Amino acid sequence: MAVCIAVIAKENYPLYIRSIPTENELKFHYTVHTSLDVVDEKISAMGKALVDQRELYLGLLYPTEDYKVYGYMTNSKVKFVMVVDSSNTALRDNEIRSMFRKLHNSYTDVMCNPFYNPGDCIHSRAFDNMVTSMMMQVC
Amino acid sequence: MEGLTLSEAEQRYYCDLFSYCDTEGTKKVAPNGRVLELFRAAQLPSEVVMQIMELCGATRLGYFGRSQFYIALKLVAVAQSGLPLRVESLNTVKDLPLPRFVPSKNEQELRHTALYSSDADNSASYSGVIPPPPGRVQVKKGSVSHDPVQQRTSTDQQESTSPVVSPQQSPPTSPHTWRKHNRHPSGGNNERPLAGPGPFWAPFSEAQPGSSATGDPTWSGHSPPPHQENWVSFADTPPTSTLLAMHPASVQDQTTVRTVASATTANEIRRQSSSYDDPWKITDEQRQYYVNQFKTIQPDLNGFIPGSAAKEFFTKSKLPILELSHIWELSDFDKDGALTLDEFCAAFHLVVARKNGYDLPEKLPESLMPKLIDLEDTAEVGDQSSEVGYSSSPAEAPPSKSPSMPSLNQTWPELNQSSEQWETFSERSSSSQTLTQFDSNIAPADPDTAIVHPVPIRMTPSKIHMQEMELKRTGSDPANPTSPLLVKPPDLSEENKISSSKFVAGNTVADGYSSSDSYPSDPEQIGSTVTRQRSHSGTSPDNIAPPPPPPRPHPSHSRSSSLDMNRSFTVTPGQQQAGVVAYPPAVPPRPQPSQGAGPHVHRPVDAEGLIAHSSTSPQQIPEQPNFADFSQFEAFAASAVNEEEDEIETHSEVLQVEKPADSASSLRVAKTDGRVEEKAAASVPVNAGKSTTPLAPPPKPIRRRLKSEDELRPEVEEHTQKTGVIAAVLASQPSIPRSVGKDKKAIQASIRRNKETNTVLARLNSELQQQLKDVLEERISLEVQLEQLRPFSHL
Repeated sequence: MAVCIAVIAKENYPLYIRSIPTENELKFHYTVHTSLDVVDEKISAMGKALVDQRELYLGLLYPTEDYKVYGYMTNSKVKFVMVVDSSNTALRDNEIRSMFRKLHNSYTDVMCNPFYNPGDCIHSRAFDNMVTSMMMQVC
Repeated sequence: MEGLTLSEAEQRYYCDLFSYCDTEGTKKVAPNGRVLELFRAAQLPSEVVMQIMELCGATRLGYFGRSQFYIALKLVAVAQSGLPLRVESLNTVKDLPLPRFVPSKNEQELRHTALYSSDADNSASYSGVIPPPPGRVQVKKGSVSHDPVQQRTSTDQQESTSPVVSPQQSPPTSPHTWRKHNRHPSGGNNERPLAGPGPFWAPFSEAQPGSSATGDPTWSGHSPPPHQENWVSFADTPPTSTLLAMHPASVQDQTTVRTVASATTANEIRRQSSSYDDPWKITDEQRQYYVNQFKTIQPDLNGFIPGSAAKEFFTKSKLPILELSHIWELSDFDKDGALTLDEFCAAFHLVVARKNGYDLPEKLPESLMPKLIDLEDTAEVGDQSSEVGYSSSPAEAPPSKSPSMPSLNQTWPELNQSSEQWETFSERSSSSQTLTQFDSNIAPADPDTAIVHPVPIRMTPSKIHMQEMELKRTGSDPANPTSPLLVKPPDLSEENKISSSKFVAGNTVADGYSSSDSYPSDPEQIGSTVTRQRSHSGTSPDNIAPPPPPPRPHPSHSRSSSLDMNRSFTVTPGQQQAGVVAYPPAVPPRPQPSQGAGPHVHRPVDAEGLIAHSSTSPQQIPEQPNFADFSQFEAFAASAVNEEEDEIETHSEVLQVEKPADSASSLRVAKTDGRVEEKAAASVPVNAGKSTTPLAPPPKPIRRRLKSEDELRPEVEEHTQKTGVIAAVLASQPSIPRSVGKDKKAIQASIRRNKETNTVLARLNSELQQQLKDVLEERISLEVQLEQLRPFSHL
């Protein structure tokens, strides 16, 4: 369902970014980059008190004409950004949540791999497959 | 026999070989056993071997005498160097390399050959050759190339310890390199040891004795030839995947043929190596080797290797990190960052494969899958423990059920609270943490239900959790006919996961109470109930979770069924408890208040729930905490139903319409006798107060109906709903202990009846509303008329 999925590290550099229409990839990169500001805004808006109980799912970050951008931030400040095509009707919030959950689970699996150094780009095939499965649903 | 001139080295070598083969101590060697092995190890085609044997005269004599043996060995050397086998060649060929035998021989042999290698150093012609057992010897060769003395000793050590060189650093590569050496001999290539393997050997030679020590015992224990033959077979079966079905033995033969024929290149060796019958099957020797390696890192075979240690270990194999990372992903089955023995073996195997040129699979091959026994064991243990944990609370319920309902109610709120916790968890999070917590909680809960548990994430967590809770509770019920039912739900789960989950919940619950066979066979019923349940998704978990009430019994069956119930209850005390538990649930919404399970009963919800309940299966019953007075209830219900029916018939058609509902309500009323207070059924206490006998309650609803229709209308409807529930409950009671067929029919019948009742009641409702409207209109018109007349009167 997603058109573009990105995993951003704590320092705001991408660990993994992949989009479906291989053309116009740059546009998605830019979108994800700008969405980071919105993520920070949302986090700061929550206030310090909520940091402990912060909901990981941030919800719709911002919609544009063609697509919507959803955000999710883990407790270790790793952000998942998902760009979804607006024409994709009836993508319920729950489904987005479940997709983020899957992403998070796969990300934890990648982290469990001792050969993965945190901060490296993610090259895991299993992770790729999972992301593909989420993205291929569209086309 | 022609005269045979052997060089000194040859002589010594042959002598050793002969003594090796001469197991019996006689000076003759039968052409079986070790000799054959030896010749096979020479990697010569069988015809050549036969020829050799013939030439040396063994066939004539029937055995190998010393001279024949020597001749044979010399001929082997001749053949290996590619020269035609001629008797004349025995003496004419000079500077013939020592015959090479692939399978490694005794350690003693190796040591001897080590000595030979030193001699070989001296003679240029033997420089590359080096003593036979390529596997081990080659190690030596490598060492020779570097530092003869030191490495020889180290390799000696290694050889004596493990035929596979340098297990320490990169165990997988040792077979690999070993194979290379095999290749070389067949090619008669003197340079063999030094060329490709050279760099490999370097790291190997650094291998520490410590590691080899661990690998030793097993290695020495194994008969090297078979082992190496296996390895050889790998080498020979190129990754053309034709090998899959091949047996090691057959592979060996092919090996010998192929080894002779194929050219020797490092790439080839790499490609050819590491083929397994099933490319991913681990042979026993390999497995043993892996186990030993595992022991070096983690002495406890049931323990884990932490990720960091495994990382270090596998990094030594010199594979790129990316590939190692992929191997880890494949082999760490449970994704816990640590390797069990099985996982470790799988990872090791994959590394070996990769080193030998095999591409890594995308998915873990089946033969490498860690045996789920371990997981099952731990899971079972965990399940048992968690089951115990779970059963502790539901177990509290059953025992307390019979003694007193209030205690049940107490447990029920507990369970409900936990369900609320479940709810909050699910609602709170898109966080995987909570999700995983759920999974971990859910999965081990019950080994049986674990299979059945639909673990997929659901949209309506509350429902699910409630059901899961139910599942656990029911699964932990002492009566565990859950298994038969549990088997069936998976089939149904194919339909709709949500519905299946509910179905499962319902089924498992039902299992505890009835010969649940009927349930799986009634998917549509369940489906309908599920849909009904789903309709309540917005409502409290209680209403969602409670399985559909048991089907209402046929009026004809009621009496007999109650008797059966009594009988069955006495017969199966365990089930009785369950059954007792089962029944009340059908009525959950209603009676709760008196029990203190008030929160569970919501009036508005009741209306809905009752409809659902009336059509739900007995599975809902277990949730009902009010199980007391069951036997009384049954007896009463039976009689009550009968009487109810009679009474009902005497009433208006409205009542007739509600007949089944009445019977149900009467049953329910009887059931709630002990409970008494029902906020919804105000009439119930009235009836209860009126008569202590079970007969009293039945008339009550009817009487109520006799009251003002308006008054009764909503209540009637509720009543009917409740009665429906109760009827269902009652029906379930008798039906539960019944046979499968009867259950089925009873359930189907009750569901049908309930549906009919529902529709009838709905129609009734609308009709009554219409009547009300009409009446009101009439009243208005009358008033108007009165008004009109009044002025006249006044006038």
